[in-house]
Amino acid sequence: MRKKIQFNLNGKIVNVASFPDRMLLWVLRSDLELTGTKYSCGKGFCGACTVLVNNELVLSCQFPLKEAEGKKVLTIEGLKKNGKLHPLQAAFIQHNALQCGHCTPGMIMGAYALLLENPEPSARDIIDGMEGNLCRCGSYNRIIQAIQTVARAIRGGTS
Amino acid sequence: MRDDAYSFTLDRREFLKLVGGGIVVFFTTGDPSALQQRRGRGYPEDFNAYLRIGEDGRVSCFTGKIEMGQGVHTSLAQMLAEELDVPLELVDMVMGDTDLCMYDSGTFGSRSTKYFGPPLRQAAAEARAILIQLASEKLGVPKGKLRVKDGTIFVPDGSAKKVSYAELANGKRIEQHLGKKPPIKHYSKHTISGKPTDRMDSRLKVTGEAKFAGDILPAGTLHAKILRPPAHGATLKSADTSEAKKIPDIQVIQDKDVIAVLHKHPDVAETALGLIKAKFEPSGSKLDNTTIFQHLKDSAPEGNVVTEEGNIQEGKRFSTKTFEKAYYNHYVAHAPSEPHTAVVNIQGDQATVWASTQSPFRAQREVAQVLGFPQEKVRVITPFVGCGFGGKNQGNQITEAARLAKLTGKPVQVAWTRKEEFLYDTFRPAAVIDIQSGLNNANQIVFWEYHNYFAGDRSSQPFYKIPHYKVLSMGGWGGRSGGRSVHPFGVGAWRGPGSNTNVFAIESHIDIMAEGAGMDPLEFRLHNLTDERMKRVLRVAADKFGQSFSKAPSGNGYGLACTDYLGTYLATMAEVNVNQKSGEVRVERVVCAQDTGEVINPEGVRMQIEGCITMGLGYCLTEEIRFSNGRILDENFDTYEIPRFSWTPKIETVLVDNPEMPPQGCGEPAITSMGAVIANAVYDAIGNRMFTLPMTPARIKKTLS
Ligand code: FES
Ligand code: FES
Repeated sequence: MRKKIQFNLNGKIVNVASFPDRMLLWVLRSDLELTGTKYSCGKGFCGACTVLVNNELVLSCQFPLKEAEGKKVLTIEGLKKNGKLHPLQAAFIQHNALQCGHCTPGMIMGAYALLLENPEPSARDIIDGMEGNLCRCGSYNRIIQAIQTVARAIRGGTS
Repeated sequence: MRDDAYSFTLDRREFLKLVGGGIVVFFTTGDPSALQQRRGRGYPEDFNAYLRIGEDGRVSCFTGKIEMGQGVHTSLAQMLAEELDVPLELVDMVMGDTDLCMYDSGTFGSRSTKYFGPPLRQAAAEARAILIQLASEKLGVPKGKLRVKDGTIFVPDGSAKKVSYAELANGKRIEQHLGKKPPIKHYSKHTISGKPTDRMDSRLKVTGEAKFAGDILPAGTLHAKILRPPAHGATLKSADTSEAKKIPDIQVIQDKDVIAVLHKHPDVAETALGLIKAKFEPSGSKLDNTTIFQHLKDSAPEGNVVTEEGNIQEGKRFSTKTFEKAYYNHYVAHAPSEPHTAVVNIQGDQATVWASTQSPFRAQREVAQVLGFPQEKVRVITPFVGCGFGGKNQGNQITEAARLAKLTGKPVQVAWTRKEEFLYDTFRPAAVIDIQSGLNNANQIVFWEYHNYFAGDRSSQPFYKIPHYKVLSMGGWGGRSGGRSVHPFGVGAWRGPGSNTNVFAIESHIDIMAEGAGMDPLEFRLHNLTDERMKRVLRVAADKFGQSFSKAPSGNGYGLACTDYLGTYLATMAEVNVNQKSGEVRVERVVCAQDTGEVINPEGVRMQIEGCITMGLGYCLTEEIRFSNGRILDENFDTYEIPRFSWTPKIETVLVDNPEMPPQGCGEPAITSMGAVIANAVYDAIGNRMFTLPMTPARIKKTLS
């Protein structure tokens, strides 16, 4: 049965009246028309649909709408602040850490979650943390560099 | 293809109406000979290729090419900005829109820069000359006294006389043609082209604003999910859609061979699809991936000669050592990040299509046919494409969406699931290569007989100095024999079509001969090459690699391979570790030196080489489509393993300086050498030769026991 579900999406309260078992990915892309979050495998194998829910990494293709109720959902569209790119977005641009760009929103959200948990990741930590995100274009090395650049900036800023 | 495919859908007046004011340059590609011959078909002769200088000074570049990650969105803009003398930031690319862009057969074969680049440069040079002409009239200064910088034409004598392109274009609609072709700039004068340049599409892509086909949602769009057979060759016996119909707002369409469910949300349509109870007659195919190679050899047609020189029997007489080996390569998937997707919106007698396609004009033709519309009533717009690799040269999702849009009267999106993507992908064909060769007592290759079963000819021509050789194609890349397909499902172009298999076989075999000659693999290659360009890339790569090769197997795990991919030369060297217990290969480091002629965007070329190397690891080590009786057993990335973060080696690229040669392609070449370089490195590490790709842990373990 349809249910009214409320959550915070990129800082704004949204209400969705729908089936609570539907996956968040489709609610974002179709009901709310926020298409930055991508579908690629639909089964939790690729990371293209990565978003954050209450600051935790979530694969939105596997995450039922009902579990978002009352929580804070952050998608790629919510990273820019006052028109300014998030440092991760800037670093991806700087390192040309993308080609077709289809995996990119998931990569950036994955990296965002990683840095929240571990602001000073080693290259090894980045590889382990990002292992679930696939990039068919093969931008992995550049993505690692982009994340390292941001991590260094965080370190520089706190020390 | 019919000739009228060239005809541009809009006439000039309509085009000018669409793009508004400013200066539009209709240019000709001129001399049809060289360009058209090389390409097979040239770009059209008249009023179908152009750029526009807007009243705001921004420049639009129209191209039938599309952007799928390969970076022509940036490199073509660089070529245009360079010749026109405008800052790169002022260039806007308009790509793959059949109403606005000139006809193009498609974006594949590493051809965009190589074949579209020259006419684009010519157009920009022509536009620049027209602007100087206009400025001369406006300023009352002879043309020869004028200079151009950053879109401004000025008199370099300290006087304040100047006029910008924007001012010249202001309030005017000028349609210009030049009689005499102005020359294009010499590369030594370049300040934009040839400089490492960041991707111009990054900002859109890191913010999620970049639109892919599935992100286009015209008001009222219905998402369609279509009933698929469980296997290729399985036929529908019966379908009960009554349960699916119970889902609120669902629309079920049954039209000839198509059963589809549509809903305003794609996941709800998917749920409804799952409720259809369908029975299928099983496929008649009895093949699987263990029997496929024998099947290919058994089905092979008579061979035809691809290239030949001397006399094989003669060569055999001079041989003191002979080598005979067979090489096998499995089917692999394109596995694009974005599955095939299309949106079709029909309004009155006009259809608009947004599709993830490498061939928008082909899509236009096909949609027109399905709808019974004249071609000019179908506009295909290509948004950003999430990987192509040849897999999006075709795709039935576009005509499926068109049919359903017509039947429902609503805009319809068809977006394949990952499972459908694996079912309907046009795989890189499985193939077998048999090679016989011989060395004389001076360790020179004296004969080479090459039998190619279904790989495709590309890169199969020998580039070593061999007096007697024969290359036979016993069934080509399309997989046809006796008028029928030998493959149990679709096959097609896969990044570097044909070449991945051919280079694997050729360069593995060269290593085997090197060992037979008692030489290290680098020394042996240099000994048997006369092509100085190839020797140069080998030496440059070896320099960067910095390790010396020894006669294999040395235990070092070093490998190398070189090739000529449609004029781009490259040498790749790699270092691997093989886990003797698990059979797993860890690629530690890959060095690639590439001579691609004049380089437009060095950063872009590096990205393509890195992408090729990374993606290539998949077909070397894990990627193999498993199938049985028409059924594709790999349905997602859990069993079909593609390269991930932890696999990525250290990658070093060297761009060999060769600006005198016109730009060659760079989206595919480096992937073609990966099979051989890794197989050779594995052999050097463990002393066992892998004749089959992919070199899975199981296959390697089998050779170890
Ligand atoms: S689409 Fe969700 S993990 Fe792949
Ligand atoms: S940039 Fe294309 S899949 Fe990652």
